[in-house]
Amino acid sequence: MNLPRIVITGVGLTAPNGDSLPEFRRNLLAGVAGIGWVEVRYMGRLLAGACLYDALKYQKRKEVRVGTRAGSISIWCANQAIEDSGLPFGAFPKDRVGIYIGCTEHGNVETENEIYAISKFNYDTKYWSHYHNPRTVANNPAGEASLNLGVTGPAYTIGAACAAGNLGLIHASQMLRLGEVDLAICGGVSESIHTFGIFAGFKSQGALATHEIPSKASRPFDRARNGIVVSEGGCLYTLERMDDALARGARIYAEIAGYGVNSDASDYVLPNPVRQAECIRKSIAHAGLRPADIHIVNTHATATLLGDIQECEAIRAVFGEGCPDTFVNNTKSFIGHCMGAAGALELAGNLPSFDDLTVHATINVDDLDPACALPGLVLNVPAKARRIDTILNNSFGMLGINSTLIVKRFVA
Amino acid sequence: MTNEECKKAVLDIIADIAPDEDLSNVKPHVRLRDQLQLDSMDFLDIVMELRKRHGIEVPEADYLRLASLDSCAEYLTPKFNALAAKS
Repeated sequence: MNLPRIVITGVGLTAPNGDSLPEFRRNLLAGVAGIGWVEVRYMGRLLAGACLYDALKYQKRKEVRVGTRAGSISIWCANQAIEDSGLPFGAFPKDRVGIYIGCTEHGNVETENEIYAISKFNYDTKYWSHYHNPRTVANNPAGEASLNLGVTGPAYTIGAACAAGNLGLIHASQMLRLGEVDLAICGGVSESIHTFGIFAGFKSQGALATHEIPSKASRPFDRARNGIVVSEGGCLYTLERMDDALARGARIYAEIAGYGVNSDASDYVLPNPVRQAECIRKSIAHAGLRPADIHIVNTHATATLLGDIQECEAIRAVFGEGCPDTFVNNTKSFIGHCMGAAGALELAGNLPSFDDLTVHATINVDDLDPACALPGLVLNVPAKARRIDTILNNSFGMLGINSTLIVKRFVA
Repeated sequence: MTNEECKKAVLDIIADIAPDEDLSNVKPHVRLRDQLQLDSMDFLDIVMELRKRHGIEVPEADYLRLASLDSCAEYLTPKFNALAAKS
């Protein structure tokens, strides 16, 4: 079956260490993390990755007030991606545009805020905001972007825990191949640092990172790792069919080569390395490649004691020792866990490798856990590669949802 | 509370719920929706903020009484004063 080829033509992002792809990449290569202290309701000062993008560039102050942080992040990323793509968006038929945004969760922030607000009025629900429902519907981030951009095509979110960022791109590729839309704005967003529940949940689970130096708190693969740093962020791409992109002379970042999605069906929170390995293999087969053809494996590892080891087990099972050109890295060591945005952001951080032939490092590994000592793991300083033609991006989430996305250097 | 103080209280609320609007020249006799970018959700915000900040209830049947600053003052000033007399 000859399916249309799908390419990435624009990137818009906000990460805790950068609000554009060049800034983000610069910091990843320079070893600059983006973790700091934030005040969390009921819990006090905690480590988190916060974004500093200028919301008022694309929104009125009232829109920021009425909307959600996830909606605002979506609007920023979507506008940045469209500008980056060079598309004549004003003249583009808006009913042929799809917005597909992955989210780990949505509505916790807004619900907690309302409960806190009515707590000041003896929990009388007549003080509950009339904005609560439009703020908390699951499609809110995509819906706010559609309002902002005047997009009248399909606009919705994809709930897939922390695998969601990849799912946004995968779903968009499928919709483009089916001819449902001609332009997809897709990826993932997260506003999770504004809900105490996420922090409290990870803390109760024994999976919330602590460290006296914020920039050293997120430390996947290090023996002293002690959990997740929760971050906010977003990354949306413009995806087009290759023929459309070439016809308009677009700059092409990469081609969607293949993907795999599966489920562990084994535990609420514990990862399953057998299913993860299956997902990785599925994506490689879908791309028509062999493991040795993969040049960068960007890991999902979140710096939990068990999760990192299990992902390494899965990677080892697929790549073994026979892939000398395969590098392995981790972006969360810089930006923490951006939840629904993680997959999309981490892929973006690696895209420039096609041009600079450099693999950004995994920072904060002072004492490598032997169980995580994968061949090709890039530690603390970037590595130069002989060739980089493929990037494989892992993103896994709770309830056992796994996603692996592969992009490749574009060759017409 | 005077009518002018009441209008100022309403404008203070509008300043928060519609922060992009220029409120320096709001005509008191002209409908707020005809001179400011306010929608039905914003009017619900005004009702909510009157409740939260001042303890004033505006039943749905009376929402039209909030159409202009003049009509707000006419409708709300007695409510403000009745509350003040109670406290």
